[in-house]
Amino acid sequence: MTKFLIENKSIVVPGEVIAEGNSEISGDAYRDGDNLRSARLGLLNIENKTLLPLSGRYVPYRGDVIISKVIDVNLNGWRLDTNSAYSAMLPLKEGVSEFVTRGADLTQFYALGDYILCKITNVTSQKLVDVTTRGPGLKKLTGGRIISVNTHKVPRIIGKQGTMVGMIKEATGCRIIVGQNGLIWIDGQPEQELLAVQTIKKIERESHVSGLTESIKSFLEKETKNTVVDR
Amino acid sequence: MTYTKRADGRRFDEMRPIEAKVGVIKRADGSAFFRIGNTSAYAAVYGPRNLHPRFLQDPQKGILRCNYNMMPFSGTGERVKPGGNRRSKEISLVTQMALLPVLNLDEYPNSVVDVFIELPQTEAGSRCAGICAASMALADAGLIMNDLVTAISVGKVDDKLVVDLDSSEESYDGIVTDLPVAILPNLNKITLMQMDGQITKEELRKVLKMAQEACKTIYEIQKSALKERYVIEDA
Repeated sequence: MTKFLIENKSIVVPGEVIAEGNSEISGDAYRDGDNLRSARLGLLNIENKTLLPLSGRYVPYRGDVIISKVIDVNLNGWRLDTNSAYSAMLPLKEGVSEFVTRGADLTQFYALGDYILCKITNVTSQKLVDVTTRGPGLKKLTGGRIISVNTHKVPRIIGKQGTMVGMIKEATGCRIIVGQNGLIWIDGQPEQELLAVQTIKKIERESHVSGLTESIKSFLEKETKNTVVDR
Repeated sequence: MTYTKRADGRRFDEMRPIEAKVGVIKRADGSAFFRIGNTSAYAAVYGPRNLHPRFLQDPQKGILRCNYNMMPFSGTGERVKPGGNRRSKEISLVTQMALLPVLNLDEYPNSVVDVFIELPQTEAGSRCAGICAASMALADAGLIMNDLVTAISVGKVDDKLVVDLDSSEESYDGIVTDLPVAILPNLNKITLMQMDGQITKEELRKVLKMAQEACKTIYEIQKSALKERYVIEDA
C-alpha cells in the first residue's frame, strides 16, 4: 500500500516523509523503515512519481549539448569550462575536421575566452569530460551575448519540442541557443536581446507555475505589441 | 541566591524569537539567513566546484569546507579582529563535522562545497545559529542530503535546566553549563555536542530531551522558510 503524505506539486525539503508503505519514486529519495523520505529540496509530482530538483549546479552527462568557454589551449586540444565543477577536454581531432600540422597554433580555431557549442561524448566516474564539435549545429559562437540560468529550468525554457524558445525567437527576432548546462547564447538587435533576456529570466522565475506558456505569450505580446504565434 | 526567573522573561524551555529566510544572497548557489534573538547568521554555499589546491582533492567523493566568521562589529562593542583565530577555526571544524553526516557528496569526486558563515551580530549561541543557517543554505543549493540539521544550545544555570542561553546567562555569576547540540530532526541523531561546565548524567538526559523539543520547533521554521522561497505569488 502506498500513501502519499504530501500534496501533489508541492515542495519537499530534505528528510521530509514523502510516502508511507512500499512506494517507489524516481529521483533523490531514500527509504527509512516504513517511510520514504526526500533526499533533496525538490518539487514532488505524484502523478508520474518524480521528485524534480529546483536548484543546484550543473553536472555533466553524456549526450548533453552544452555551451562552454575555452579556458586553456594545449598541444592536443582545448580545455573548456562547462559551468560545473568539472572542466571538459576538446581533443584536436574532435574540434576541427581539416588537417593540422604538428605544433600549429591552435588559437586560430578556438582562442581563449571563445564560447563553443559542443556535445558531451563521454563522462568517466571521476568526471573527466570529453566533448566534440562534430555534429549538426555544433560550432563556435561568435557575437551575441551569453547569459546564465538555473540548469534545472532549461527544459522549461526550451519547452515541449522547443515551443517556448521558438516563441521567443519569433517574437524578438533573435537567434537563441540554449545549452543544457544553463548557459544561453542570444544574438540579435540590442533591444530585442534585452527583451529575450527578460523573457528568459521570467520563465526561470515562474517555471513551476501552471499556465506558463500563456503568461509568457501575453508578456511577449505586450512588450512587442505584436501577436505572437504559439506553435 | 537561586536562579528563579530569566532576565528576558522567557520560560526555562523557551527559545528566543527565531527568524529564517532562504535565498538571501543571489550570486551564491544556496544561501540562508537565521536569527535567534540578537544572534544573526548568514550562510552562503558555493559549489560543488573545482577544488584547489589539488592535494586536498578526494577522488572518492567531494569535500565540505566550512568557514565561520564573526564580523568586526558583531560582538559586544569590542572590535573582533578580522581573519581567523583559534576559536573560529574550531567552530568551522565542528560545523563541518555537524553538517557532513547528512550530505552525500559521492556524485562530486575531486570537488568542493564551500560554506561561508558570517555573523553580523552575536549574542550567545552563534555556532548553533550558523549550523541552522548553513543546513538551509545547503538544501537551497540543491545538494543531496538525508536531513536538515538543527542546532540549539542548552545548559544549566545555577540549578535550572535551560534552553537557548543568552549572554547574560552565559556570564551568570554562579554555576553555568553551556551545551550546544546539533540534532537531525527526522533521523533523530546528534551530530554536534560540546560542553562547557559540568552536568550530571540525569540532568544531561533531561536537557537533551529539552534540546530535542526545541529542535523540532526550529525544524518547522527552517522547513517553512525553504518552502516559502519557491512559492510564487500568482500574477
